[in-house]
Amino acid sequence: MTDGFGRRDFLKGAVAGGVAATAPTTAAQAQAQPQPATTATPPGYAFFNLDEAAFVEALVDHMVPADDLSPKGTDVGINTYIDRALSGAWGKGDRLYMQGPWKQGTPSQGYQLPLTPAQLYRAGIEATNAHCRKAYGKTFDRLSSEQREEVLIGLSTAKIAFDGGVPVRVFWSTLYQTVMEGMFSDPIYGGNRNKAGWKLIGFPGAIAVHRENIEKYKDKKFPADAPLGISDMS
Amino acid sequence: MVTRLKEVDVVIVGLGWTGGILSKELAEAGLKVVALERGSMRSTEKDYSLPNIRDELRYVVRHDLMQNTARDTITVRNNPSQEALPMRRLGSFLPGEVVGGSAVHWSGHTWRWTDMEFKVRSNYEERYGKNFIPADMTIQDWGISYDELEPYYDRFEYTAAISGKAGNIKGEIKPGGNPFEAPRARDYPLPPLTAILASEMFTAAAKNAGYHPFPRPSANASRAYTNPDGAKFGACQYCGYCQRFGCEANAKGSPHITVIPIALKNPNFELRTHSWVTKVLKDSDGKKVTGVAYTNILNGEEFEQPASVVLLCAYAINNVHLMLLSGIGQPYDPVAQTGVVGKNYCYQTGVGATLFFEGRHFNPFMNAGGSNATIDDFNINWNFDRGPHNFVGAYNVSGGFNTVLPIGYRPVPSGTPQWGKAWKAATAKWYQTAMTIAASGSVMANRYNCYDLDPTYRNAFGQPLMRMTFDYRPNEHRMGEHAAKVVNDIAKSMNPTRLNQATARTQPWTVVPYQSTHNTGGTIMGTNPRDSAVNKYLQSWDCHNLFVVGANVFPHNASYNPTGPVGALAYWTADAIKRYVKSPGPLVAA
Repeated sequence: MTDGFGRRDFLKGAVAGGVAATAPTTAAQAQAQPQPATTATPPGYAFFNLDEAAFVEALVDHMVPADDLSPKGTDVGINTYIDRALSGAWGKGDRLYMQGPWKQGTPSQGYQLPLTPAQLYRAGIEATNAHCRKAYGKTFDRLSSEQREEVLIGLSTAKIAFDGGVPVRVFWSTLYQTVMEGMFSDPIYGGNRNKAGWKLIGFPGAIAVHRENIEKYKDKKFPADAPLGISDMS
Repeated sequence: MVTRLKEVDVVIVGLGWTGGILSKELAEAGLKVVALERGSMRSTEKDYSLPNIRDELRYVVRHDLMQNTARDTITVRNNPSQEALPMRRLGSFLPGEVVGGSAVHWSGHTWRWTDMEFKVRSNYEERYGKNFIPADMTIQDWGISYDELEPYYDRFEYTAAISGKAGNIKGEIKPGGNPFEAPRARDYPLPPLTAILASEMFTAAAKNAGYHPFPRPSANASRAYTNPDGAKFGACQYCGYCQRFGCEANAKGSPHITVIPIALKNPNFELRTHSWVTKVLKDSDGKKVTGVAYTNILNGEEFEQPASVVLLCAYAINNVHLMLLSGIGQPYDPVAQTGVVGKNYCYQTGVGATLFFEGRHFNPFMNAGGSNATIDDFNINWNFDRGPHNFVGAYNVSGGFNTVLPIGYRPVPSGTPQWGKAWKAATAKWYQTAMTIAASGSVMANRYNCYDLDPTYRNAFGQPLMRMTFDYRPNEHRMGEHAAKVVNDIAKSMNPTRLNQATARTQPWTVVPYQSTHNTGGTIMGTNPRDSAVNKYLQSWDCHNLFVVGANVFPHNASYNPTGPVGALAYWTADAIKRYVKSPGPLVAA
């Protein structure tokens, strides 16, 4: 959805026009028709607003494009994974020491922002879109593939700086880590749909025993066409 | 309102390996023992079972078995001129917070530390002269010998089902084992695990280079086993979910399947979970401790548990924290170099290379804690002359895998894009065809690496957090350069298609990413109260009915994982306490 009248416009229009009750009520439902047969997690967003959903969908489809090796990021459910992670305990700062005073510290001292992961994500998306509007005149989800690539390189190398906002390195490392989690964590969390991430690398999943396999498959390919996840064994 | 409970013989703070061993031993000796554990009870049957234990996100990324930093953490800085800031989430190390402690989620690597460590200052001074040791390197002899500990190492190895191959039985060198190890009375209880391909390839290359590879000894039962206490182990399944997980097969030597259930059957023993000890209580003249104060974290109720003997058996960092919070012993001052509590905090260092072999199939998801091979030629081999390389300490080198699950482990050659089709193609190509060679190195004590109480930040109980001041010194950087060359030379001799070379660390220590849960020192053992907090029996010099058990008593850190001497010292201390209770008083004259 890079150009023209997008889903967001449709939904915003729908709400403004007072037909929300009959229109699809969430962003994902609006595009939900071609769902894979075995979706562990129901569609819909628990955290992202429309702008954030558009950003993350564009991001994960750019980082994980469709080819022979895997479907694209949204078809793997990476956007759903990230949404669930941010709306859940981790996103709300579970296990995070949140007492001040707040100082920037040195890189050695690790994460020092007064933000939960969800707040960091929200602020980072807003700042990235602000950068995109300034540099290209539109938000990230409406950029061309080349422009998106330019933005991601800028984020990952910290060539882009956010004025007075969150440190770009901290935002990028969180963004990147969550995309990888959505690609490679167990499908019960909403990503890695149909074990696409595990199939990509030949990871067999939650195999109970390899005792016999150590010798049997020494220097031989272990069959991992149908990896097992937690829900397959529950 | 604090409820004062009935006095018991022994109160134990923390129920991991050390607390578990001491609970069992002292309850069997007829003492009334209460263990206070801040975490909850989890079991193999309910919690570490299939399929839910096979969850990398929950256990590795989200730290489900680990200390919750929202409630209590530490502050960190690299040197005293910096302002310490809180470690807001776990990273570099992962203390456990369940019954069984960090010994639920460890890999199982179990080593015998030798007189190379216990006589470290004497050894180097004798061979290289006093000036070889840098002036700010506060290493000291431990006041204990390998010969004293040997029977206790043996005891721990048989309790924890260590699989390995002896290299030296009563002075006789055994082929296939570690020829540099100190003499042991007998072999390991179990043969080594089956070698994986990466381990075989490393072994062949190390032999070609003239080194002495051997299978890494580990608490992963290579076959079904019943330990001397009657605890039953299943055989290791090489499932690849070792480090950071509880073992579904009951094949990993852990206290929650050995010493703890045995203690729980003993009417002399009582476990109270969700019990957070905030302070060790002293009598009016400060010569003895009288018990501990704790909070039931399920409802906030506060208690005092009086006891004749108090044992601190929490994670190494938390033991030191409790000593500082309780005002026992003189806090260490790195400027004046006075005091002892907080002194000689040490960590470990390392370098690693990733080797890519087009066409090979390593199946990295099939492994166990002990399925690697190791060389000690630059470690406990005193024939390796450190003189020309100008460093004190040692490193071991291993080939194989440690926890290579896909969120955290997706090796690609340097220069590969981080996303997009090229990233996907490289990730798909190399996951199966990569292996690692890594060196784990010692860290010598330094006068400025230490703990004290933070002046600013507080935990959930309103108490000051512990402040850790730590960085690597030129000594460790010089060792890292030597290790990187050895690792790279072995790696190149194997002719990989691509190689991400090992590089010596030069950057400051950081709280991210994960490095190792081998934090040592802070309440170190020694021969006198001027330069140590506890004597060789881990008995406080200040309060003779207080024993502080764990890696916090190590005066410096070796290259080896610490659990071998931690377990041995727990058994050694148990015997000392059995003697102590018959005639309480200092076991070593100050």
